[in-house]
Amino acid sequence: MEEGIVSLHEKLVNKEITSEELVKKSLEKAKEAQEKYNAFVTILPDAKGVNKITSLLSGIPYGVKDNYSTKDVLSTGSSNTLKNYVPFFNATAVENLQKAGAVIIGKTVLDEFGMGGTGTTGHTGVVKNPWDETRMCAGSSSGSAASVACGVYPYALGSDTGDSIRKPAAYCGIVGYKPTYGMISRYGLFPFASSLDTCGVLTRSVEDAAIVVDAMKGLDENDMTSWDSSDIHLYDSLKKQTKAKKICIIPEICDIKRYPHASSELKEHLENFQKTLEICKSLGFTVEEVSIDENLLNALASVYIIISCAEATSNLSNLTGIIFGPRGNGTSTLDFIKDHRTKGFSPLIKRRFVIGSYVLQKENQERYFRNAQRVRRLIVDKMKEIFKEYDAVILPVGTGPAKKLKGPYDILDRNTTILEEHLQIGNFGGFPSITIPNGFIDGLPVGVNITGNCYEDEKVLQIASLLESKMPYKGQIAGRKEK
Amino acid sequence: MKYIPKIGLEMHCEISKTKTKLFSRARNTYSMSPNTCVYPVDMAFPGTLPVLNKECVRLSLMASMILHCQIPEYFLFERKNYYYPDLPKGYQITQETKPIPVGIYGYLDYECEGQIKRIRINNIHLEEDAASLDHYYNTSTINYNRAGIPLLELVTEPDFHSANEAVSFLETMRSIYQYSGISEGDTKKGQIRCDVNVSIMDENLEESDPSNWGTKIEIKNVNSFGGVRDAINYEIKRQIHLKETNEYDAMPQQTRRWDEEEAKTKYMRSKVDAVDYKYFVEPNIPKLKIDPKWLEEIKESIPKLPLERKQKYIEEYGLSSYDAEVLIKDKDISDYFEECIALKIDAKDAANWVTVTILGELNKNDEKITDFYLTPSMLKEIIDAKNKNSISSKQAKEIFQKVITEKKEPKQFMQKENTQISDEKELTEIISKIVSQNESQKNAYLNGKTNLFDYFVGQVMKETKGKANPVMTKEILLKELQK
Repeated sequence: MEEGIVSLHEKLVNKEITSEELVKKSLEKAKEAQEKYNAFVTILPDAKGVNKITSLLSGIPYGVKDNYSTKDVLSTGSSNTLKNYVPFFNATAVENLQKAGAVIIGKTVLDEFGMGGTGTTGHTGVVKNPWDETRMCAGSSSGSAASVACGVYPYALGSDTGDSIRKPAAYCGIVGYKPTYGMISRYGLFPFASSLDTCGVLTRSVEDAAIVVDAMKGLDENDMTSWDSSDIHLYDSLKKQTKAKKICIIPEICDIKRYPHASSELKEHLENFQKTLEICKSLGFTVEEVSIDENLLNALASVYIIISCAEATSNLSNLTGIIFGPRGNGTSTLDFIKDHRTKGFSPLIKRRFVIGSYVLQKENQERYFRNAQRVRRLIVDKMKEIFKEYDAVILPVGTGPAKKLKGPYDILDRNTTILEEHLQIGNFGGFPSITIPNGFIDGLPVGVNITGNCYEDEKVLQIASLLESKMPYKGQIAGRKEK
Repeated sequence: MKYIPKIGLEMHCEISKTKTKLFSRARNTYSMSPNTCVYPVDMAFPGTLPVLNKECVRLSLMASMILHCQIPEYFLFERKNYYYPDLPKGYQITQETKPIPVGIYGYLDYECEGQIKRIRINNIHLEEDAASLDHYYNTSTINYNRAGIPLLELVTEPDFHSANEAVSFLETMRSIYQYSGISEGDTKKGQIRCDVNVSIMDENLEESDPSNWGTKIEIKNVNSFGGVRDAINYEIKRQIHLKETNEYDAMPQQTRRWDEEEAKTKYMRSKVDAVDYKYFVEPNIPKLKIDPKWLEEIKESIPKLPLERKQKYIEEYGLSSYDAEVLIKDKDISDYFEECIALKIDAKDAANWVTVTILGELNKNDEKITDFYLTPSMLKEIIDAKNKNSISSKQAKEIFQKVITEKKEPKQFMQKENTQISDEKELTEIISKIVSQNESQKNAYLNGKTNLFDYFVGQVMKETKGKANPVMTKEILLKELQK
């Protein structure tokens, strides 16, 4: 289970191993990952192997973030409001993988409904980082990241609204890929903020990410924001010569000189990033600096909070305990809706609902919500301008390796906010964006992110794959660092 | 009266003529058992997404054109957020007036008490209906069949001055919806629901100045045209009474509801307590660009509307204004009449049969013309037979009755018993044969035994089994006996 998809596929085809055996191994690993890192909401002990190998993914086990609707399998969104909810339909992405013959092993823990970036707010408890159990995985695709990193299976599905795939990937030393908005149908993904939510995948190689998204994507008549990507072949494109030549960095985000009070960890992280840039140059890429108005960058976190909370407060209004979820107590309908929601949601979510309601109120909407939408447009326009000249933007992920679980992790450091939050740009514009591991600090993995223009997923993956090939982190398993 | 009433309407009409609902593939029908026309999205199961039904957009644009409204370049939807057990998502997908919904700033000419009047339309928008609730002693039931049914909401300016005007407008609008194939417009099925706003202003003030209009009182959920009439009249009286007793100025702007049983409007809430619906753009439905070519097609497909048909009936067919009015009141009846015309039945004959005989039957049996057994082509057979004198008008009525009671074709009754031999050639042949076979009686008759004429009539009737046309028989006999 520590191998990549292609190698497992070859073994299956050559009958060196059966799907049944793979499933059994994966289940054993899953139990271990559950005990050590609390990565799963549900493990499916009755998961069955597949006899016929019809595609690269046939017979190979995988994990699903618990905010995907899975038919006849508990799907909680890691929330008490849905702690007993068993859907009667599959999310389109899951359905597509089922058709390819992929085998679900378990449903992974997330920050409740994808809100939060720590992996600590799920209703089944905190998810621990397989590289160091005293540290977090980041979130919200925490369980997916942890389980892929420790080798339960080659991939797990994630979802990304701000950086929920790409940040945990960095903290867990793996690959996290968020394709262009609408490439994968969101039908069946429990919504957090619909205009930002993107389905994606966590893997241990760029190649695997390409293979999985090839199978997940496609126009879906159940999602009006999905589009026809039938002429995009991610895996095949990796075998072709890339047309990408120029990439850029944004100094306002990654220049060490901007952080006069940088910790040694941050310094090391940014120096390591410089080394990655050197590799890019050695691969023949032109790397240039492009400035973005710092005022725009400083607004990122607020814009994200305003838009995502506003949409979330509306999106999660269907959780009333009337049709599904535990029925609340009370004599009137509004009373038992209130009771259901008071008991069901964690404090973090409630706080976000309050923010969301506040910014949408008539008297505040212009000042907060509408202005946030305007700033979002400005940022996206700026990025599109950059993408006219550059094939991709390359930036470090976060301020360093995974943070300690015990610590003031929930408070943003004013000085490094931009560095922590810049991945949200990818969601503002629906840009394809991938994180790959690019080194270690004190034995803990760190990551680098590559983001390109909408619909140019092939180019982004090609760049990531080339870079990956020049670094020793492809396919790495947590705890078994090879230097 | 010292006061001028100012009345405005919000008319909600379900679009009943599409196969499926506004955002789901569940059937759009009425009389089904509860919770049978439901898709997951209608009950807001987590992860479900709205998919816009383009046919609803087409019909709503048609309504907008009929109302001479400005049409938007783009079509988009908004969320209206509030909690209520009949609203599964916790928000309704609807359209706000900014940006332009289906249409704004139009007008409609309608007839009231023989006069053509014009009402200004503020806007018309497309939205989804909520589920329906039934309340019992200590429990309530929810039926999701209605959840997601397309609804057109039309808002007029407060241009009506009487309940009669408001109701005449509603009747006109209902028949427009029927004529244009948008809705059955059946109030019994709850397809039309109204909110009414009423204020009164002093007669001597300037009406063009909105500040003179008085305090607007909104009356919610009036579900029949009779109710609209009664509620308006009640509210005008109530407000005049407040004026006369000097209490009017203390009355706050408020929402009231119409209590049908007590025939009173009752206080619900003041304007101050109005709910903030926190509208924002629905992120799951991309902007739909309205193609001007499509608009042209829609425009061309608008059928002739009642007022136009009425004019045609009077001017082209020479019908009385009364008959024309009776015919256009119900589209199905007007269609029946027009089918008669297409079959080349004389317009006045057709009008006479439809307005007197057929409507009489329909009313007697509380039947719809679409379910009526006797088709226009059957009617043509009967009318043709009568016009050829092969049956009398009394027989025509009898055959009409037999056709509808026995549900058989008219010709069955005409051939068997009632059809007279009225063909002159055929009768002459029969008669001349009889005369030549009774030479001695003929001579006796010619010699003055005139009562033998009846003997000859008797012979003809015997020969024809009584079917010879008696008038013609006498005429021909007289001629033949003289030969």
